[in-house]
Amino acid sequence: MAVASVVLGAAVGVLAISFGVGAVAAGASVGQACAMSLLVFTGASQLSAVSVIGAGGSPASALAGSLLLAARNGAYSLTMARRLPGRLGMRLMAAQLTIDESTAMSVAQDSPDAQRAAFWITGGSIYFFWNLGTLIGAVLGSAVDPITFGLDAAFPAAFVAMVWPLLAERRGRVAAALGAAICLALVPFTPIGVPILCASLAILVGVPAPAAPAAPAAPAGPVGPVEP
Amino acid sequence: MTWTLVFVLAAGGYAFKLVGYLGLGQRPMPATVERCLALIPAALISALVVKDTFSTGQMLVVDARVAGVAAAVVAVSRRAPFAMVIVLAAAVTAAVRAVSGG
Repeated sequence: MAVASVVLGAAVGVLAISFGVGAVAAGASVGQACAMSLLVFTGASQLSAVSVIGAGGSPASALAGSLLLAARNGAYSLTMARRLPGRLGMRLMAAQLTIDESTAMSVAQDSPDAQRAAFWITGGSIYFFWNLGTLIGAVLGSAVDPITFGLDAAFPAAFVAMVWPLLAERRGRVAAALGAAICLALVPFTPIGVPILCASLAILVGVPAPAAPAAPAAPAGPVGPVEP
Repeated sequence: MTWTLVFVLAAGGYAFKLVGYLGLGQRPMPATVERCLALIPAALISALVVKDTFSTGQMLVVDARVAGVAAAVVAVSRRAPFAMVIVLAAAVTAAVRAVSGG
């Protein structure tokens, strides 16, 4: 488990390098890129903010999209708080490490001890590699032309890898397809960053209750022909 | 990029992470709200995929990135490691750009 955690951390380091490169390309200083990874420490939100700012969007729209994505860490903290009793100082530190990977690795363990260990090892390893990678990427990004090296494709590629597991369920697929369609439709007509926010309307496909197990067919969603 | 954005995002992001540890939010939310909130990452991240693949500013464009992201989709669907997906997408984009001159 410890080995898996460290391998995961190293893989995240590669994403962090592209974050650092992208942040600098979007106009951040090396210090701002590193501060973001140290203080914000949640990948999808950081990439989203840099993506919107880099395209020329307003800080407000960048912030709104990022915070929507950061909200899921609230759900993880509900899950992890029960598994991580301890002093206030430790809980405050645990909160900062509460992200997709540390939560997933922890809940996959059987015993409470292993769950705690997995959380701290995974969270700590990713925190280390995320910040090291950001520093390397930000310094590198100041030196190389990201376009020449195709690094402008690194963010969407990372987003593909992040969204893929969410497409396993039908609702996830419909929400993803609708979110993408809303975004593309609005790009030419709204300020930069707004299409991403409007894409969040796609979560309304979650409104109809799931089909009862006995029902032969799923209830028709409100989204029409966008289902992939 | 501004320091204000960095700090507000840091504060907001940390506030979400704190919810459970401070013993807040223990009351279950309505199932409908929970189902919708669970779909935020799928909706927003897929929007970010198409935005970063097909747009430059407010213009819709098709350029070398499309090839790189297509390669990423193939790699992800074949369960390639995360790092390889990113490196492959960048390499394909750079190669297409070099060959096409744009």
